[in-house]
Amino acid sequence: MHSRLQRLSSTMERIAGHVFIWPAVLIVLFLAIFPLIISLYLSLSRFQFVPGGFQFTFVGLANYNKLLFGSERNHFLGQMMGPSLAGALVFGAVLVFMAWRLVRYGQSGRFSAGGLFQRLVVDAIFGLLLWVVVRTLLSGGFPGTLVVTLVYVFVDIAVQYCLGLALALLVTQRLAGRRFFRVVFLLPMMITPVGVAYIFRMLTDTTKGPFYPIWSLLGLLNFSWVNIPWGARAAVMIGDIWQWTPFMFIVLLAALEGQSMELIEAALVDGANRWQTFWRITLPQVMPVTTTLILIRMIEAFKIVDLPNVLTSGGPGTATESMTLQAYIAWRTLDLGGSAAIAYLLLFLVTLIAVMYINVVRRRVAEA
Amino acid sequence: MSTLFQRKSLFTPSVAERTLIYLALGGWSIVVLFPLYWLLITSLKLPIDVFNGPYYLPGIDFKPSLDAWQYVLVGDLANDTLRNYVSTVIVAPTSAGLALLLGMSAAYGLLRFQYRPRLGGILSFIGCLVLAIFAITLGVPWEIAVAAAVVLFIILLQTIGRRFQRSLANRDIAFWLISQRILPPVAVVIPIYVLFQRLGLLDTYLALIISYLATNLPIVVWLMRDYFQSIPLELEECASIDGASRYRIFWSIVLPLAVPGLVATFLFVLVFAWNEYLLALFLSGAKSQTMPLTVAAQNSTRGPEWWYMSVLILLMIIPVIAMAIVLERYIARGLLVGAIKG
Repeated sequence: MHSRLQRLSSTMERIAGHVFIWPAVLIVLFLAIFPLIISLYLSLSRFQFVPGGFQFTFVGLANYNKLLFGSERNHFLGQMMGPSLAGALVFGAVLVFMAWRLVRYGQSGRFSAGGLFQRLVVDAIFGLLLWVVVRTLLSGGFPGTLVVTLVYVFVDIAVQYCLGLALALLVTQRLAGRRFFRVVFLLPMMITPVGVAYIFRMLTDTTKGPFYPIWSLLGLLNFSWVNIPWGARAAVMIGDIWQWTPFMFIVLLAALEGQSMELIEAALVDGANRWQTFWRITLPQVMPVTTTLILIRMIEAFKIVDLPNVLTSGGPGTATESMTLQAYIAWRTLDLGGSAAIAYLLLFLVTLIAVMYINVVRRRVAEA
Repeated sequence: MSTLFQRKSLFTPSVAERTLIYLALGGWSIVVLFPLYWLLITSLKLPIDVFNGPYYLPGIDFKPSLDAWQYVLVGDLANDTLRNYVSTVIVAPTSAGLALLLGMSAAYGLLRFQYRPRLGGILSFIGCLVLAIFAITLGVPWEIAVAAAVVLFIILLQTIGRRFQRSLANRDIAFWLISQRILPPVAVVIPIYVLFQRLGLLDTYLALIISYLATNLPIVVWLMRDYFQSIPLELEECASIDGASRYRIFWSIVLPLAVPGLVATFLFVLVFAWNEYLLALFLSGAKSQTMPLTVAAQNSTRGPEWWYMSVLILLMIIPVIAMAIVLERYIARGLLVGAIKG
């Protein structure tokens, strides 16, 4: 009996690695792979009602073609203008930078044909993306859902991270009442996203919302700031920042509270001031969590849908429409193929950015 | 034990600094609390008070009324509210707890073990899966298709799978996990709906629990991996020399030290499952609807009914706030202080 128990425990010890990881992998696999394949198929087909039901007709890349070159191009990529001087300069500078990176890679001694090919593909895709941004945003054109989504993601994450880190640092100070602030700062995250969107719709109403006196003082009553594209986009971004700063806050707070004190003590003994300990010790210690945090938030932020949908319905025009909202609207109008094609383009774009991000930032910071 | 939990603060801010810090904290508190205050007073308003323009102070510029609360809690909506509330209370904590349990194990595994999944095996798995799905869409009964795919997979694994020696590393597994969150829910809901329909699990708590578990796992894995990484390896080595098993090291040494991270992660996944809307809309019918659906349903043909919506949102956040107040104290410094010295 005893020896059998021992054998069992040594077997368990040997397979420990598998016991730790397999349950999670299997569950994710179970729910992830099926939608992935079905959506791919949907994106290559057209959904139609036929007598007695519905059917999917295989149409090849037509859905993608429509978004990138066809009738939906102005909606998805935006209305292109000839590049302005500033736009051309920015674009030229980035091209020079890419070329310089390639040259440096060629000289680095790690050169291989596969590596070069990978870099060229990545550079080409980012160059195209930048070209779209330059010709819509920087040249007086009208940005499509792709560019609007990129704006949301970058602005939101930058502001959320800085705010979250600042707040987390402040509430780790020894202050009376800090527990109160810690709980209060978490509140926005706890409201259901649909609810947050409706709250902001109440707040941004210029005649019945709480800021009515301010609007009337500025003479903006008939102006409805949500009708100006950038005003509407700002409203969406403020809502998103309000809602998701707490996520940054709580994760960074846990990281700050978990950092090892020995290093800080040692630095203080050596005469470092507060500024130096923050930059040299605290920040590097929260860097691994920071990179994960930004990756997770980036993936989630690309899927922003509730706020623009409820707050502005994507309007004025399509000024606040994100890619996911475009997919959602296409899906509601039963254009299942078009919806899946947008989703797949989003998947492609975010995967690319995430891979780049991990290669460039995370490996350098977290696994150094 | 008392030294383990001792709190240290190395800087004590001066009076001027204190004032500035309080100003900053107070300012952000106002930003956070004002929308919630507006929610609260909206819940006390009658429709006419909402439509006549902004009123700020209950009892002074408008007469507070409990009509909306009454409608939601004891009136026409009471049955719906109660039923959906119970669903939410069952589904969200269960799935968040499971996600934390499985996710933290996987995170620890990814950090301390080397996994080498063979590329050949993965490719043959995907190939078989595609074939099986294709067969099912062609009308082959799913039991037969799955059985055939499994057999084919085993054959492939024993033959072709052995030839390809290229394998993936831990970071590839981690990236695969997080990449499962990229596809927007709009693209995911229909296939998942069909999947659960085939399994006969539509409109059950189990369907919601499983789908929230799967959506939350990648986040738990990634966050916990970083928190575990900050725990010194020496402690685990000591325990290992003393003869503790892998499981014991994980459970009694690593986890207690990672409590701040565990709590932060749990709160986040709990909140996600508590508030999720689109999957719930598809997977639940009359029996297992959750609260976010009730909130969204208040946007009727007459426009959003702000007063009911406000009541429901407030009802929804109360338990989560209570949870946050209880758990907040565990996100605190000092667990690691002195642990290595001894």
